[in-house]
Amino acid sequence: MGQSAGVSSAAPGAEVVTFPGARAPDRRRTVDAHGLGIAVYEWGDPGAPPLALAHGGFDFGRTYDVFAPLLADAGWRVVAWDQRGHGDSDRAALYSWDADLRDAVAVIDSLSGEPMVVGGHSKGGGVMLQYAVALPHRVRKLVLLDGLPSGRMPDVPDHERTRMLAGELAVWLDHRRRTGTKVRRPDTLDGLARRRARMNPRLSPEWLRYLVSVGGRHDPDGWRWKIDPALRMGGFGPWRPEWSMQRLPGLGMPLLAVLGMQPEPMGWGTSPDDVEPFLPADSRLAALEDAGHFVHIEQPDRVAALVLDFLGSPS
Amino acid sequence: MTGVVVRHGRIDLALHRLRDGDGRPLLLLHGLGERTPSAVPEHLDGWAGPVWGLDFTGHGASSVPVGGGYICEMLMADADAALAHLGTATVYGRGLGAYVALLIAGARPDLVRGAILDDGPGLAGGGVEPGTPYVLAAPLAGGVVPDPYALAELSQDVRPADYAAVFARQATTLSGLDCALAVCAQVRPPWLAAVAAEPGVADVPRRRAAALFAGVD
Repeated sequence: MGQSAGVSSAAPGAEVVTFPGARAPDRRRTVDAHGLGIAVYEWGDPGAPPLALAHGGFDFGRTYDVFAPLLADAGWRVVAWDQRGHGDSDRAALYSWDADLRDAVAVIDSLSGEPMVVGGHSKGGGVMLQYAVALPHRVRKLVLLDGLPSGRMPDVPDHERTRMLAGELAVWLDHRRRTGTKVRRPDTLDGLARRRARMNPRLSPEWLRYLVSVGGRHDPDGWRWKIDPALRMGGFGPWRPEWSMQRLPGLGMPLLAVLGMQPEPMGWGTSPDDVEPFLPADSRLAALEDAGHFVHIEQPDRVAALVLDFLGSPS
Repeated sequence: MTGVVVRHGRIDLALHRLRDGDGRPLLLLHGLGERTPSAVPEHLDGWAGPVWGLDFTGHGASSVPVGGGYICEMLMADADAALAHLGTATVYGRGLGAYVALLIAGARPDLVRGAILDDGPGLAGGGVEPGTPYVLAAPLAGGVVPDPYALAELSQDVRPADYAAVFARQATTLSGLDCALAVCAQVRPPWLAAVAAEPGVADVPRRRAAALFAGVD
C-alpha cells in the first residue's frame, strides 16, 4: 500500500496522518451503556460547560476532530462518542434509534445531570431532537447540523414502489443471512479515502485521508472502516421524515438548525421552505448554499462560528 | 420437543420441531413475551406437514442481546433465518408474530406460501404514528427472557397502515398465490384492518385458516 510520510514505526500499523486544524481528543474513556461499551471523546477544559455532539449514521465521533477543538478553544467541554457498532464502541446484536438514544443518555449522564447544550449531525441530529423532546429538562440549547429530514419522497407510482421495496427487502435479508460471518474487504488508506470522497465530494484528499486514519483500522491485510459490517444502509422501515419535523414546533429551548444545500448521496434534500413552517419561536436557521450534508466536516470554521454565536458565552 | 439452533447475526435462535409430518412445514411465530408452545395448538392440528416454532431474539430459548434495540424488521430477519433452514413454509403468527408473519410474507413471497395472522400479545404495537418519545431511565435487567427491552420496545414500535398494506400487496402480487394472507384475528388494529381490506386477503375463522394453504404449491 502507498504509505507516505508520517508512518509511525513505534506503533506498527498505526499510520499517523495529520491535517491542519485536526486535533485528537484531549481525553478518551468508555461509558457502560446498558452493558455495551461506548467510546467517548472529549476536547477542552473538563470543568467547562459540556456540549454533547452526536455523529451521523455510518460516521464516528472523531469526524469532529476539526470542529470540536474550535468550540473547545472558545470555552466549551466538547463531548462526542461513537454510537454502538461505530468507531471504537462495542458492536451490538441489535441497532435502533431508541437504542442510540439510550446510549446517548448514558454518555450524557456521565457528564452532568444539569441541563446542557446538545446537538448532532444528520441522524445524530434526529436522535438528539428526540432526546430534547423526551428530556426537555436536560437541554439548554439544541444544535442540528443538517439533521432534519424533509417529508419529500421520490415521485414513483405505488406499484413501482412495491416492486422497489421487494427488491430492497430481499437484498437486506440476504445480507442478514450472511451477517454472522461478514468482514469488510480490506483496502489501502487511499482506497478508503477515495470511497469516502463519493459521499464527501468537496473534501480535500488530505482531509479524507485523515478521516480514514481515525475512522479506520489497519490490520496486516489492509485498512477497513471500524464500523460493524452488520450495519447496512436500507431504505425501508415505517419511519416518516415528517415525524421528525413534527417534533420541532413544540421545542421549549433555543434551536439552531444548519442546512447544507448542495445535493449529495447521503443528504436529505431538506430546504429552508420545508423547515420554516415548523420552527419554534426561539430558533435560527442557517442554509449554507455551498456546503453539502457534512456541513461541520466541510466548513468547520464557518459552522463553528454559527454555533458559537448562537450559544453565546459558555458560562 | 426437538429442534435446531439457527444463527442470525450475533444471536442464536431456537427453532423447535413440534411435530413431524409429510409436506410443507408450518412455522409458528409467537406473540410478544411468549415462546414457542410445547404442543401444536389444537386449531392447527389438521396440518399434514411438520410443525415448527421459532423463538424470536430475546425470547424463549433464543439468546438475549445486550442493551436492546429491537425493531420488527429485525424479527422479520429472525423469521428469514428460520426459512433459510426450512425452505418454503406456511407461517402462522400470533400478535407480534402476526405482524412479523406479514412482513416476511411480503419480503419473501417465494418462500412464504401463505401466512395466517391471529390474535395475540403485541398485535397493535405502538399504533400508526409515534407517540410521545420517552427514554428508559434506568438500565433494565439483562440476560432474562423475555428480554425486558423487547417488551418495552416492541410494544412501542410504529406500524403505519399503509406500510403494512405495502407488505400485503407484495405478498399477494409476488407470491403467485390466489390468496397469500389469511386474517383470523378478532382484534383489528389499524395496520391489520388495512391488510384485511386488501384484495386477495382472506378473512376466515381461526379453525379454517390453515386449510386455505394446505394445498397450495
